[in-house]
Amino acid sequence: MRARDSGAERNRALTASLLKRASLWREADERARRLAHGRSPDAADALSLADDYRLLAHDLARARLLMPDSRAREYLEAAYARAHATLHHGAWRAGAALATLLRDELPRVVAALMPYIVWSTAIFVLTVAAGFALVHRYPELIALFASPDLIASVEHGRLWTQGLLNIVPSSVLSVQILANNIVVSLFAYCAGFFFGLGTLYILGLNGLMLGAVFAFVTAHGLGAQLAAFIVPHGCVELSVMCLSGAAGAAVGEALIRPGRESRIESFRVAALTSGTLLAACALLLVGAGLIEGFVSPDPRFPAWSRVAIGVGYWLLMLALLSGRLLRRRSAPS
Amino acid sequence: MSLPEPGLAVDSVTGIDVSLAVAGPGARSYAFLVDWHIRLALAFAWYAFGALLYNGRASLAAPVNPTGRWFVLVALPAAAIYFLYHYVLELVMRGRTPGKRVAGVRVVARDGGPPGAGALLTRNVFRLIDCLPLCYGVGLVAVAVTREHVRIGDMAAGTLLVYERSAAPLIELRAGAALDAGGVEIVQELLARWAALEPEARGELARRVLARYAGDTAGNADGGASDHDLRQRLERLVGL
Repeated sequence: MRARDSGAERNRALTASLLKRASLWREADERARRLAHGRSPDAADALSLADDYRLLAHDLARARLLMPDSRAREYLEAAYARAHATLHHGAWRAGAALATLLRDELPRVVAALMPYIVWSTAIFVLTVAAGFALVHRYPELIALFASPDLIASVEHGRLWTQGLLNIVPSSVLSVQILANNIVVSLFAYCAGFFFGLGTLYILGLNGLMLGAVFAFVTAHGLGAQLAAFIVPHGCVELSVMCLSGAAGAAVGEALIRPGRESRIESFRVAALTSGTLLAACALLLVGAGLIEGFVSPDPRFPAWSRVAIGVGYWLLMLALLSGRLLRRRSAPS
Repeated sequence: MSLPEPGLAVDSVTGIDVSLAVAGPGARSYAFLVDWHIRLALAFAWYAFGALLYNGRASLAAPVNPTGRWFVLVALPAAAIYFLYHYVLELVMRGRTPGKRVAGVRVVARDGGPPGAGALLTRNVFRLIDCLPLCYGVGLVAVAVTREHVRIGDMAAGTLLVYERSAAPLIELRAGAALDAGGVEIVQELLARWAALEPEARGELARRVLARYAGDTAGNADGGASDHDLRQRLERLVGL
C-alpha cells in the first residue's frame, strides 16, 4: 500500500516538474513555426531547432507515460510533429523545386520508363497504321472516326483547317487545343489505374482516328496539306501522347505485377515516378497548343518554316527529356 | 484524449515516433465542400467582374463569337481558379487549403512532412478517377473502405489527410502556485471548453474549482459572480 502511494507521489512530482517546462515547449513550437515559413537570419537560432526537437521528444515520451489523456500531451504531440516536419523538410522554394524536377528527376524518370515509352510508341504507330489500312480498304468506315462536317468538308476538296483563323482567333484556338490535349494526356495517365486497359484504349483510339483521317484525306488528294498542318505542332503533340501512354502503362503494370511490394505500394511508386513525366508533358503541350493556334492554321507560314518549327520543338523536347537542355556545367578544374 | 484510430506513426532518430491522427470521410467531405464553395465563388467572381468589364453593360453573357481577349482575360483565369485551386493552394500552404483549415486537417507525406510538388500534382491529377462516375463516387468508396481513409489520388501520391492538432494555449505550472499538475489540467480543460458549455454548467464548475484550489468561496456564497468574473478568476489562478 505504502509502495503504491509512494509511486503515485513520484508520478505527481514528475508530472509537476514536466508541466513547469511548458514555456520551453512554447518557445520550441514558435521557432519551428517560424522556420517552417522561411530562412532564419540567425544561424544559432536555426541550429537550436535540433535541441528543441530533442527536448520535445524527451518530454513527449514522459507525457505519454505520465499523463496520456492530457492537453499537455496533445500540445507536445503537435509541437513535436511540427518540429519534426520543419527539421526534416525546411522551407520550400518553388524555383529550386522546379529546377530539380526538370534538370535531375525528369531524365532519370525518362530512362526508367524507356521500355514503356518504346512499347506505347509501338502501339500508337501500329494503331495509326491499322486505322489508315482500315479506311483505305473500307472508306465508308470513316464515319466511325470523323464528324459529318469534317467528312463533308474533305469531300468538297477542302481541309477543315482552312480558314480556321477566320472563324476562331489564334489565342482562343490555342487555349482550346492545349486544354483539350492536356486533359487527354492526364486521362491517358490516370486511366492506367484500370490495370492499364484505360491507357491502352485512349492510346489505341487516338491512333486509329489519326490513321483513319489521314487515309480519308489522302484518298481525296489533301494528304500533303494535312501533313503541312500537323507537322509544326504534331511532332511534339504525338510524342507527348506516347509519353503519357507510357506513364499510364507503368501505373497499370505496377498494379498487374506488383513484384515483391504490395499492390498499393507498387502503384504509389509507379504513379509518383511517372507523374514527373506528366508534368513535363503538360509543359510541352502548352508550347504545342500555342504553335497549333498561331502557326499551323496560318497559310503565311511556308512549308520549310513549318518543318523547322516542328522539328526544332521536337529536338528541344528530346533535349529536355534527356537532361541535356538544363544540364549543370561542371566546375572548371 | 487518446488518438482516434487509425493513426500514422513516423519513425524519428530520437526513438520517439511522431504520431498523427488520420482524418476520416467526414472531415474530408467537410473540407472538400468548403473548398468547393470557395473556388466556385472565386471563379464566378472573376468571371462576373471580367464579363461586366468586357461587355461594358450589366450582362454576364459570353459573347457569341468570343475573341482572344475574352478568353485570356475572362474565361481562362476563371477556369484556372476553379481547376488549379487545390494544387496551387496545397503547394503554397504546404498541404493546406482554406477548407482544410476550417475542417482542421492537412495533407502530409508518409514521413509526416508536407508533400512535394510532384506528389501534390499526382494527388490532384487522380481526381479525374476519384470523381467518377459522379460526385466523387470512386473517391468516397476508396475513403470508406481503406484503413487509412485515402482516396485513389492519395494512394498514388503516398499522401494522407491528418488532423491538425489544435495548439490550445498551454498553461505553465509555476513554482509556489496554488495549483498542482491535476489542477492545471482541469482549469486548462475548463477554459478550453468554456464557450461550448452552458453558462450554468460552466459557472458551477468554475465555482467548484475556485473553491478547491483558491479557497475562493465568494462565488459560492453570493452565487451571483458573473460569468465573466468567474472566467477572469480562473485565468488569474493559472497566471494568464
